[in-house]
Amino acid sequence: MSKSQIKEKNNFILNHLRELEAESIHIIREVASEFENPVMLYSIGKDSSVMVRLAEKAFYPGKVPFPLMHIDSKWKFKEMIAFRDSYAKKNNWDLIVHFNEEGYKQGIGPFTHGSKVHTDVMKTEALLGGLNKYKFDAAFGGARRDEEKSRAKERIFSFRDRFHQWDPKNQRPELWDIYNTRVHKGESIRVFPISNWTELDVWQYIRLEKIPIVPLYFARERPVVDIDGSLILVDDDRMPPELAARAVMKKVRFRTLGCYPLTGAVESDADTIEKIVEEMMTITKSERTTRVIDFDQDASMEQKKREGYF
Amino acid sequence: MIKQEQELKNFVPRRMSTDTLNIKEFLDRDEKKDMLRFLTAGSVDDGKSTLIGRLMFDSKKLYEDHLSALIRDSKRVGHAGEEIDYALLLDGLKAEREQGITIDVAYRYFSTNKRKFIIADTPGHEQYTRNMVTGASTANLAIILTDATKGVVTQTKRHTFIVSLLGIKHIVLAVNKMDLVDYDEGIFDKISNDYKRFITQLNVPDVECIPISALKGDNVVDISDKMKWYHGKSMMEYLETVHVSSDHNFDDLRFPVQYVLRPDRDFRGFSGRIASGVIKTGDEVMVLPSMKKSLVKSITTCEGKREYAFPPQSVTITLKDEIDISRGEMIIHPDNVPKIDRHFESMLVWMDETMMDLSKTFYIKHNTNTSRARIDIVQYKIDVNTLKRQKKDKFVLNDIGRVVITTNKPLFFDPYRRNRNTGSFILIDPVTHNTCAVGMILDKRASDKLPSRITDIDREKIRRGKSLISTEQRIRRNRHKGSTIWITGLHGSGKNDLAYTLEKQLFDIGASVVLLDGSTVRSGLSRELDYSPADRAEHLRRVAHIARILNDQGIITVCSFISPNDNMRNQIREIIGGERFILIYMDEDIDYCRANKPDLYEQADNGLISNIPGVDIEYEAPAKADFIINHKNIESSILKIVHAVYPE
Repeated sequence: MSKSQIKEKNNFILNHLRELEAESIHIIREVASEFENPVMLYSIGKDSSVMVRLAEKAFYPGKVPFPLMHIDSKWKFKEMIAFRDSYAKKNNWDLIVHFNEEGYKQGIGPFTHGSKVHTDVMKTEALLGGLNKYKFDAAFGGARRDEEKSRAKERIFSFRDRFHQWDPKNQRPELWDIYNTRVHKGESIRVFPISNWTELDVWQYIRLEKIPIVPLYFARERPVVDIDGSLILVDDDRMPPELAARAVMKKVRFRTLGCYPLTGAVESDADTIEKIVEEMMTITKSERTTRVIDFDQDASMEQKKREGYF
Repeated sequence: MIKQEQELKNFVPRRMSTDTLNIKEFLDRDEKKDMLRFLTAGSVDDGKSTLIGRLMFDSKKLYEDHLSALIRDSKRVGHAGEEIDYALLLDGLKAEREQGITIDVAYRYFSTNKRKFIIADTPGHEQYTRNMVTGASTANLAIILTDATKGVVTQTKRHTFIVSLLGIKHIVLAVNKMDLVDYDEGIFDKISNDYKRFITQLNVPDVECIPISALKGDNVVDISDKMKWYHGKSMMEYLETVHVSSDHNFDDLRFPVQYVLRPDRDFRGFSGRIASGVIKTGDEVMVLPSMKKSLVKSITTCEGKREYAFPPQSVTITLKDEIDISRGEMIIHPDNVPKIDRHFESMLVWMDETMMDLSKTFYIKHNTNTSRARIDIVQYKIDVNTLKRQKKDKFVLNDIGRVVITTNKPLFFDPYRRNRNTGSFILIDPVTHNTCAVGMILDKRASDKLPSRITDIDREKIRRGKSLISTEQRIRRNRHKGSTIWITGLHGSGKNDLAYTLEKQLFDIGASVVLLDGSTVRSGLSRELDYSPADRAEHLRRVAHIARILNDQGIITVCSFISPNDNMRNQIREIIGGERFILIYMDEDIDYCRANKPDLYEQADNGLISNIPGVDIEYEAPAKADFIINHKNIESSILKIVHAVYPE
């Protein structure tokens, strides 16, 4: 090899973010090519925002050939809903909003029914209802393997039977970047294009690509109530008045976003992405601890995933 | 336990320290890091989880709540006695935690100031070869753990073999538990020498041996003062500095088209990931399989146009000319063409609980191309413990060996050892849709040297019609039974002349006879097939089945086909039925044949036509033929042949 060739080869190194990006775009295009009716599940969180941005990139200068679907539990932060609608409109996305009508009519909610019933009915059931209604054969999700232990073993293309269930003992082998996309009628695949990204990668990418995210991620004075050690935002008047009465203004931010009564805030001064990352590097709690629904049991996420939850 | 909690609280993150930098600088620097994907192989007993735990712990990936959960869990089900049980931190699924073993590939992430790392953590037990193969497929480097008190054992060899099979170029042998052998230099030297001796047969370019104690942390992150005799790098230092970017193939442009982008009439883009090579704007390129050429007009990404693109980038390419290209086709440089074939040899790993079934037609997925495929033959299985070859007809879960495959459509491939992306494929079961096998293409033998299979494994599937006429009735009417005279020989050896003479003679004495020859069958029934070994096999399969059907109905067939090897002729005999198959070999030397068909051989010599037996592919004379004929004895033989099929 000549010197100039060696020098040239040194230009052919991708930094980790660009390598992850290339992998994710490859995955997204593979789904668009091989499935008849894919959908991208959009949670409005930072991981979803990165995934959506990757989809836009994958089909540039064309339009993304599948819709976004948001499963609305009807208890999301108001700012999330506003962000969702403006983002979809501005970026010309075909947005489906699906919720569990039956549960909504019954008035299911975390304050009245507890977190488990609420999650089962308004999230898991709603998701399955949405997937069944539109007969999607592939659904993208923004989960990362570094989030949680059971996710570390999940495939990028994760097979679900006709009841949307995941069998961790019976996963398809996944080698190289060759993905088995074959399903029978009624079966489907959940696809996790940012499986190999870490929380830091996600923040780095948001910073690099200037991806808009819900302002709740940034610290601001907000009215919060301390409920069993979790700081819960008073987001609307559905919070029982005796709880809302205890609200105090604190400078807080959210590390993850979900249903407002189930998502604890952290006290923070981080109002820029740099500060968020700095906080992340130095603070000592991993991100899912602010999700109230995780505290049940050791392998609770695995249990939920078996039942069809993301 | 109190001591441990204290230890964790006092733990100061070192490797990802932001102290000396402001956060902006830190992020700017972090952004530029490259990534290393590596595999760890070894069993729980070798201390693999402890090593991974150490690497991640010391790089401050573990957040406090993970750690406090760890301390709680160690009290409950820990296996490590007094020490922190890192294994608990890593093993994900519930059932495994109770059994104390890891049973699938788990991916883990950590980062230092120099690099990002993705670990594919795979178990070491024999029955989980499948998982190790999976983890190795995306890794650039493998850490193979061995226990210093045990040395290079069968498992070490097995892991090393699998890793080398998957084309990993960098292997680190971590000789763990050095603390249990008093950090003895002699023991380490013996193990590393044993290992290096073993690995020479496996063609791994970069091999490193590092003595460590994962439990005590010796040579894991920092160089230990207990092994002053060791002058190499610590594990972490090695991982941070090993050069892997040149592992990509930058020489052979292979761009499998993944998706066609047509947002409007003016833009027609071909999207995909560069599998290998470098593509530049203005390059002359060729499209497979159409062989149409054009120039690269642009390399488009969301950030704008690029001058060039390289693996593993995902890009969109537009061409100067309007060429119809679909998913599964490939863009290459015209002077560097991959193999284009339907018939090839491969190392195959069986991944399915269900045993291999040679009668199945699988789906094959090879980069963006999907086709159907059958396994022609299993050549051998490799015993992963001894690396010895074993005779085996079909594989079960975790078997590894060499097979021959035929696909319906041509694939565009390179041998795996040269190109991981275009040399790999998966087989998907046609019924269950499971990924049942994965393969790495070999290029040891040309495709015409590979056996094809045209017989059906499951003979019961071949049905005989429920005719109202019995075989005896047919014989009474025809005064002969149905049989096949199969004439093999080179182009120009006089096969057809003999065939027509036999047909005429049989007709004249009142026999029911049908003649089949190459040009007649190829002009209609086999019109879509070419002369490649795979198509030649399919062509002969069709002829054999026609002959079989005609013979069943009492008709004599005279078949004149080159059928260049015994493997093929034996299968034809099997399809038709040995008791009614007469093989005639036209035994003429090549000069005689050339004189008969000078034009054809001249074209072959000049490379204008290919796949001509005796010129560019081999013709293998039958080991055993019923009649061996040449132009000198032909007259006297004809009567004998007629008599053989028409005894009266």
